[in-house]
Parts: sequence; structure tokens; C-alpha cells
Amino acid sequence: MTQMTKPAPSLFERLGGAGAVDAAVDIFYRRVLADKSISHFFDSTDMDAQRAKQKAFLTMAFGGPNKYSGKDLRTAHAPLVARGLNGGHFDAVAGHLKATLEQLGVEKSLVDEVIGAAASTRKDVLGQ
Amino acid sequence: MAVIEYEGATFHCSDSENLLSELIRQGADILFSCRNGICQSCMLKYKGGAPIPELATAGLKETWRNEGYFLPCLCPVPGDLTISRISNPGIIQRAVVVDKTFLATGICAIRLDTEKSFEYHSGQFINVRRVNTGLIRSYSLASVPSLDSSLEIHVKRLENGVMSNWMCDEVASGEVVQLIGPHGASYYLPGRPSQRMLLVATGTGLAPLCGIVRSALAAGHAGRIDLYHGSRHSEGLYLCNELREMVSRYNNFHYHPCVSGSTTREGHRHGRADDTAFAENADLTGVRVFLCGAPPMVQSAKRLAYLAGASLADIFADPFELRDLRSKTRTDPDPGKIGLPQKALTV
Repeated sequence: MTQMTKPAPSLFERLGGAGAVDAAVDIFYRRVLADKSISHFFDSTDMDAQRAKQKAFLTMAFGGPNKYSGKDLRTAHAPLVARGLNGGHFDAVAGHLKATLEQLGVEKSLVDEVIGAAASTRKDVLGQ
Repeated sequence: MAVIEYEGATFHCSDSENLLSELIRQGADILFSCRNGICQSCMLKYKGGAPIPELATAGLKETWRNEGYFLPCLCPVPGDLTISRISNPGIIQRAVVVDKTFLATGICAIRLDTEKSFEYHSGQFINVRRVNTGLIRSYSLASVPSLDSSLEIHVKRLENGVMSNWMCDEVASGEVVQLIGPHGASYYLPGRPSQRMLLVATGTGLAPLCGIVRSALAAGHAGRIDLYHGSRHSEGLYLCNELREMVSRYNNFHYHPCVSGSTTREGHRHGRADDTAFAENADLTGVRVFLCGAPPMVQSAKRLAYLAGASLADIFADPFELRDLRSKTRTDPDPGKIGLPQKALTV
């Protein structure tokens, strides 16, 4: 008889899935909007659409289901790169992501995994 | 097989399949992006048929759900359905002016009776068209369906404003106009009667917010309600006596008239309405917020309300473009080019 082994839960499942994204999105979006060094990249007349983008970003960073490729990230951020988006801005956003997770009491090993996933998009986001 | 009616076309879809995927596969003209319920670009309006499953409306504003909006990307085909785009142009019908009253210098209230019954919520807006012309403008509804027999709009005279000058100078009782709507999702829904409410209006942005306050109080809203109304000059603050009378009748209603210019009258606060409101209400967690007025004020107030803790789903502010603020008189009227809905139904 073969033993059924359960696959290890994914990062997204360990974080709490879609519920974790819902818990994080407002904390995260408020943090970046309140940070004057990066808020101009996030300011939009359509805040609902901006929040939806942040939700998509968090879903991706949490290892959840998403349909964005590296090429999509490159294309989507190209206008921001043209407006001066640089590594310092990227690090500031990553810092807010980390602080958001810490505020939610996410354990350190999981925070590190999320930050690692976000860091892996650095070149695509910055168009390098 | 379910029969889906969408924008004049019929689609046959397998039950329980994803509605958006089915519509796209069959070539329906439909906007979409993420297909995960995140971007909301595929949002449609439910018109009739099998009920939409709850998961297809999760996270949408309560007024959007009330309008029948849902996300087809999260929706398994529930059975036969009639659906449309959300930019539904509404219904055109004739309305007659039954009263015109000046509320302040350059601001008049116009009451309208429609030929047929007209269902709306206070705070929604209508488009008013001068008959046989392309002249059409949007006005928010200040009236309350359960309290007022006529529709009421507030018109501010704008320099060179063709419509507002016509309304202020020439329109009298008996004038017939065309009315299209109602539109918008910024209105009060009962259901959370103890929730705190904060409303910030400038100028005739008071019209919808006054209607929202009256409908909330009429519905028995028990939570504290703060209305801030701002104007540059004291003369621009109108309905003061009516609002103060409401304050004396309802313990939970508070009215804050604000003047940003240099002179203030007794009882008026000095400062902009939005600045005053956010200075006095630093924590908006769990508060329902309504905003109406000049677009820059609304934009910045929406951001501040969110940063102060209000949920975006609880911030109600319809995009309100003051198209008439121009240095030159707008020469119209080509009905085809000014956003007059082409597909509107005439009733």
C-alpha cells in the first residue's frame, strides 16, 4: 500500500490565504500613501483601483494565485520608472511590506519568505 | 444550459461554468483584466434572473451591491440571467418644474415632478436636459423619496454657465425639462444604524449630503452624524436655519458651517470644511464618510479619510465634475458629442 503524503502547505496557505491579503491591504496601502518619499507613485484619483492594485501586489508577494509575469511587472512599472522610480523607492515599499506583516504578528520566517519573493521582482519592477 | 441576455445579445452558457470566461469565449464585448476579483474592471449589473451568488459581490461597496453590481469573474453561471454593463444610461423622461426658490444669492432650489414614478436614493444624481437642445448638466438630488413628493436640485449660478443662468433667470414653474437617471452610488443605506457618519460638503455639494442626512434620520439612524458645510463667504452657506432646526430635533445630528474667507458670522467656524472636519475627527475607523463638492477637495478628503482609518468601502464620493467652470461660455449643443446617452430608453 502506498502512503498518501499531503503536499506541504504553500506560503500563501501558511500566511492565511485571501484573508491575510484582506487584513494586510489597508495597513499596507495607508503606509505607502503616508510616506511622502513614495506616495506620489501611489496617489491616484481612483483610490479604489489603486487599492485593487495593492491587493494584487500583496496576493503575488504572499505566493497566492496571480496571473502576472515578470514581463507584466516590467510593462506596468515602465511609466513609473520614466517618472524616476529607483532602488530607494523599491526598498521603501519593501520596508512597508515588512512592517505591515510585523504589525499583523506574522512570524519572522514567513516575513522573510515574503520579502524574498518581493525582492525577486526588483529587476523587473525597476526595468533593469 | 443557461440563457444569458447581455447588452442585446443572447449567450448560451453551461451551468456553473465561470460566467466571465463563458462570455469572453463566446465573443461578448466585455472589459476585463485580472479575472480574480481584484481589479473590478469586469463589473456588470444584474437586471434579472437567477440570483447572483454571494461570492461574486464580496468586498463590493454596499451601494454597488444594492445597484446589482457584481463581478462575473467570480461568478459561476447561476442559471438564466439578464445582465448589462454598469454604465447604464438610465431612463429619460419628462419632468415639470413645480417650484423655484432662491436659497442664497446665486443658488436656487428647483423642484421637479416626473411624469412617471421615479425611484431614486437621496444623494444620487440626475442629468437634466433643456428640451430640444443638447444642453445637459448633472445635478445631485437633495430630496428624500420617503419625505418629499417632488425631486429637488440645487443650482448654483456660474459665470458664463449657460444652464445655470437659464435655470436661475428664466426657468419658472411649468417649465418642462428632460431628466435622465438616477445615477451614482453615493447614498445612504440603512442596516448599520449605530455607525458614526461624517459628511463634508462645499458649495452646492450640500444638496446630496443634506438629502443623505435627512434620509438617514428618517430611517432612524442612531449613530452620531456630523455635517460640515463649507463656503468661502458666509453668504454661500445656505439652509442654515433648516439644518439648525434639524439639530434641535435630533440629538445625534451636528451641523458645522465653515467659512474659509476672512469674514465670519456668529456661529460660523473659520476655516475650510474639510480641514476642520479632519482636525476634529482624527480617527475615522468604522465611520461612514460622504464627500461632495469641488473635485480637488473631494480627492484630497477621500485620501485623508482613508488615512484616518475609514474603509474605502465606507467612503462615498461620486466623481463630480464641475464642467461649467470655464472662462468662456460653453457653446453646445451637439447632442451626439456631449455624453447624452445614445441608448437611453425614452419613457
